[in-house]
Formats: sequence, structure tokens, C-alpha cells
Amino acid sequence: MSILIDKNTKVITQGITGKTGQFHTRMGREYANGKNCYVAGVTPGKGGQDFEGIPIYNTVADAKSATGATVSVIYVPPPYAAAAIDEAVEAELDLVICITEGIPVRDMIRTRNRMRGRKTVLLGPNCPGTITPDEIKIGIMPGHIHKKGRVGVVSRSGTLTYEAVGQLTALGLGQSSAVGIGGDPVNGLKHIDVLKMFNDDPNTEAVIMIGEIGGTDEETAARWVKANMKKPVVGFIAGVTAPPGKRMGHAGAIISGGKGTAQEKLSVMEECGIKVTRNPAEMGKLLKSVL
Amino acid sequence: MNIHEYQGKEIFRRYGVPTPRGIPAFSVDEAVKAAKELGGSVWVVKAQIHAGGRGKGGGVKVAKSIDEVKSLSEKMLGMTLVTKQTGPAGRVVKRLLIEEGADIKKELYVALVVDRALQKVVLMASSEGGMDIEEVAHKTPEKIHRVAIDPVGGLADKDADDIARKIGLSEDQVPQARDIFRSLCQAFDECDASLVEVNPMIVTGAGKVVALDAKFNFDSNALYRHPDIVAMRDLDEEDPAEIEASKYDLSYISLDGDIGCLVNGAGLAMATMDTIKLYGGAPANFLDVGGGATAEKVTEAFKIMLKNPNLRAILVNIFGGIMKCDVIATGVVAAAKQVALKAPLVVRLEGTNVELGKKILAESGLPIISAANMGDAAEKVVAAAKKSAVTA
Repeated sequence: MSILIDKNTKVITQGITGKTGQFHTRMGREYANGKNCYVAGVTPGKGGQDFEGIPIYNTVADAKSATGATVSVIYVPPPYAAAAIDEAVEAELDLVICITEGIPVRDMIRTRNRMRGRKTVLLGPNCPGTITPDEIKIGIMPGHIHKKGRVGVVSRSGTLTYEAVGQLTALGLGQSSAVGIGGDPVNGLKHIDVLKMFNDDPNTEAVIMIGEIGGTDEETAARWVKANMKKPVVGFIAGVTAPPGKRMGHAGAIISGGKGTAQEKLSVMEECGIKVTRNPAEMGKLLKSVL
Repeated sequence: MNIHEYQGKEIFRRYGVPTPRGIPAFSVDEAVKAAKELGGSVWVVKAQIHAGGRGKGGGVKVAKSIDEVKSLSEKMLGMTLVTKQTGPAGRVVKRLLIEEGADIKKELYVALVVDRALQKVVLMASSEGGMDIEEVAHKTPEKIHRVAIDPVGGLADKDADDIARKIGLSEDQVPQARDIFRSLCQAFDECDASLVEVNPMIVTGAGKVVALDAKFNFDSNALYRHPDIVAMRDLDEEDPAEIEASKYDLSYISLDGDIGCLVNGAGLAMATMDTIKLYGGAPANFLDVGGGATAEKVTEAFKIMLKNPNLRAILVNIFGGIMKCDVIATGVVAAAKQVALKAPLVVRLEGTNVELGKKILAESGLPIISAANMGDAAEKVVAAAKKSAVTA
């Protein structure tokens, strides 16, 4: 078991003929059961062609009905990415993973509004994707640092997720799934949603939750953990040293109006029974201590 | 991206939001000419910088004669304005806005922001205008009223009127406020703003509702579809190091410490700064080289960091995923040689092709201090910075 995706998941790459889409589809196909998972690509106007044997369709709906795929991953450039999400939602996929960085917030507000009441779940945008080690990898993370196991990882940041995974693997602790929810202010799955899934997953024993400055999603998640989580959660928040009013790389990583500081998030997490570390080099060790 | 008040008011006028008449001025002569053109007997001379708190810092003054406009403009142009938002270094005033005087009876606060939890734009308003709104939010949160805006239908009339009444406007002013709120929402949406703030919005002695200030921030992801807004960018208001970095698609922010950081990924870059602090050091910058850094990008990143006179040591922290460690190592070696690096350099590499990367560093002949993990790297770079501060 795992969350969101497993070895039986069938994936469509939206934007498969672009350079990034090609590269990561190839990497995904080479990882674990990827050969059987990556079943289709979508590029409007290129239906009927193929990418290294993967058939290309004009629309997500066509790709879904021809292959039975239930998940898509988006590598479409920012001006068209929100429309690509809309198309996947219209086609009623279960899950859309949007890797694209730099989508205008206005586009995402409209897309999220259209998604209300629909069945499709969105991961991202501006995220590394998700992986279930030794089964399937959808996204841009390096597969080889992962190890199959029982620790869940959820994070807003890409390389900081790799850092946590790398530490766990070095300590001999494998991962059930590692999920990057992305660094944008208006996005799909949040910490709380992923924590709920890990809570229900029999193969996840404990969770590392990694946040950063900006917004109040970590606080919301921490309060949910206190009331509902049956498994230990440890955490780290990046940006203790970040100055207010400055956007630290991610569009969502900004302290505004005195809200969203790392200190505030760490305090709430501790109050809610989440063990936190202020040293990101010790995320793995901290997790080990609660097993 | 930010713009000046006078530019914000140009946008307001385009959307029908009432503002005082005003003319921007880049010199004393222009200021005097502007005042004459505006006519009347009272003018306001307003320093144009991208920071709030100008009034308290001496950047907003009332003039009662053309001579006074002249003397105030002489004083203000070229002065370093220090406000709560500029930091201790302040900003040099290079532009003024000359405005007709306003008869202020009541000061209100209005803003539009994106609410992350609701995933909608929210209109915020308060009867406590002209003050530090963060203080109002902290001390008297009940005085701030909010309503979410429907992404399709826009602001409902009922919601607009409701807010107008809550901030103490009279019945004959409610329709004025409704129009202003709706126009502000339209401007926010069509311009891809991330913040619109009117502090204060005023009621004049004649009972007219007017935007006395205009603050805009724009979503940088959407600037590609707004060349008119990009044209309003004032590079004098931005950090030269940050401008230079943006040319190479590097995300750089100057900080006041002495340890330069070069990291891939925003989260890891923040975490690296935090770790330096934890070991008793202070980061000189935030620098995310992104996922697709090339040797050339790494070299440019080094050059930008080295322009900082406070720099005592550098930490390179890379978790190579798609980006391979050997490529980064090659870039670091090339950069160190090209810039004749003197500051101590600590490098921590992890991920794809890490062994090859470490080999390239070891064989380069450069005095690179290599680190086993993030904690080790931070400890070593803090020690190196202290040592280099002593010898400098």
C-alpha cells in the first residue's frame, strides 16, 4: 500500500512532446514499474504520433478512453498549464499532478473554482510530484535516493524533500510515499490532505512534514494532527532567517503582514504534539527517534 | 513587482476610482510647474518610493504656496527617506507626486489580497484608515471586515454595500463606495495584482469618497501578459544584485550576514540559511540556482555573491536530482578559478553522480573545504567565516 499512486497506476503525460515532458517521461518509465505505468501522452495536434512507443492523443479524454489511465502529470508551459489542469478535470481523472512552475495566481484561482465539487484531486502546481518507492515515480525527483519502507514524507519544497528522503534512506528507513505539494499560494492538496491519507494508509508508520514560511497551512495541519492523527509526526519549517516581505524563491514563501513566520508555525506544531527540529540536517534522526 | 503611488493612481483613474488630481515630478522645476498647473492654494508634496510609512518619515508634506512647493521639493528630492519599511539604510527620493490638497473628514482603509485558504481574492476594509494596518489587525481585529470575491461573478453589490456600512459610511456614500470597491476588484483581476491597498481612502468635507493613496503589487508570474505594467518598473527601487541575478534566472535576495550561500531549490536554500544561523553564523544572501543550473549560471552566481563587501565565506549546498553533482562541481571549479576566489569555500554535494562531483573538487587543486552533510557544512563555513574575519 501507499498513497495516491502505486505500481498499477496508469499515467498520461500532458505536454509529452516538450523537452521537459520528454525527459521526465523517460525517467519515469525507467523507474520500477514505470514501463507499464506510462501509457499515454497528450499534445494537441499531435494525436496519432508516438513518443518512444508511448501513443500520443490530442486530448486527455481521448487518452483516457483509449488507455484507461486515471492520473495525469503536467509539463505544459505556465501560460497554458491551468487550462491543461481544466482539461484533466473535465476528463474526470482521479489525480492531476502539475509540475509546471510559474502559473499566474489568477489562473489558479479560476481553475480551483472550477474544480469545486469535481472528483479530480490536484497535486501542485510548482511541485516535484510524488513517488511510491520501488513501484512508481511521477515527477522530477531523483528515483535512486528512495527506498521502499514505512515513512511518509510531505513537503512544500522539492530539494528539501530529497534532503529528508536522503537522510531517511541513509539511516535505513524506507518511505511509503513521498509527496511534494508545491510552493505556490493557490494549489491543490495541502499538508492536511496528505496527512489524512498517510493516517489511513496501513503501510505508513510515521510521517515527516516539511513546511516553509508563508500562509497558515502548516498550522491548520498541526491542529488536525492533534485531534486525529494516530501516527507520530515530526516536522521542520524552513525560513527562520527569512526577512518579512521578501519572496524567498517560491511564490508562496513570503512573510506578509507579520503572518506566516517559521517561528509561529514551529510553536503551533509543538503545541499540537509534533516533534520539530530547527536543524534540517537532523530530520531523519528525529523521525527515527519516534519509531 | 511594485510600482509608485502616482503610477497606481494612473491605473485607478483608468478604472474610474476617484483620486485627487496630481502630476509626477522628477525635478524641482517640474514640481513647481505641476503645482501651477494644478492651481488652487494647497498642495501636497509626496516622495515616491516603493515603501510605506512615508508620512512618518517626512516624505509627505503640505505646501500653502508655490514657494513652499519649491522649497519642500528641493528638500525632498535627493533626500534619504527612512521609514519602517525601508530598513535603516532608507531610500533616496528621485520622484515626487504633486497633488491638490484634500479636505479630509474621515480616513478609511481598503485592500485586496489573495486568501490562500479560501483560494479567492478577499476585499478587506476598516474604519481605521491612515494608520499602520498591521497594528489595527493585531489590537482591534474586529475593526477589519472581509468579504471573498466570487472568481466568476465578481464582488456582489450586497457584499460591497455591507462592507461600506460596516466601515461607517453614510447611506449617500454607500453607492460611491460600491463603485470604488467594484472598480478596485476589476483592476486587481485584470492587472494580475497580488495586492491593492488604499490607505487611506478618505471621505472629503463635501462627502465624496476618494482614494488618497494607491499601492499595487503584481504577480510576477503574470507579467508576461502585461507589458504596460512592466514598463512602470523602476529599477532604482530594486537591489542591483537582485536585478543582476534575475537576468540569469537566479533567485537572489541580499541579507545582512557574511556567509554567501549557493543552493539549488528555494526550500533547501532557506533551510541552509537557517542551519548557518543555528551554528552561530549569519547568511549574506538567499540564492536559489534552480533545477537547471549550468556551469555558466553557477559562475554568474559566484560573481554576484562576491560583489558583497561583507562576504567572509561561501557555502555551496547542492542536492543533485536532475541536476548532476559533477556538472555543479565543474561549475564551482570554473567559477572559483575565473573569479580568483579568495574567500574560503565549503561545498556539500549529495545526490546524482556525487562521487564524480567530489572527485572533480578534490582534483581541482583549489582549497575547497568539503562537507559530509548540511550540519557539517554549516559548522565548517561558520568557523571559516570567523577565521577570515579575524585575518581580514
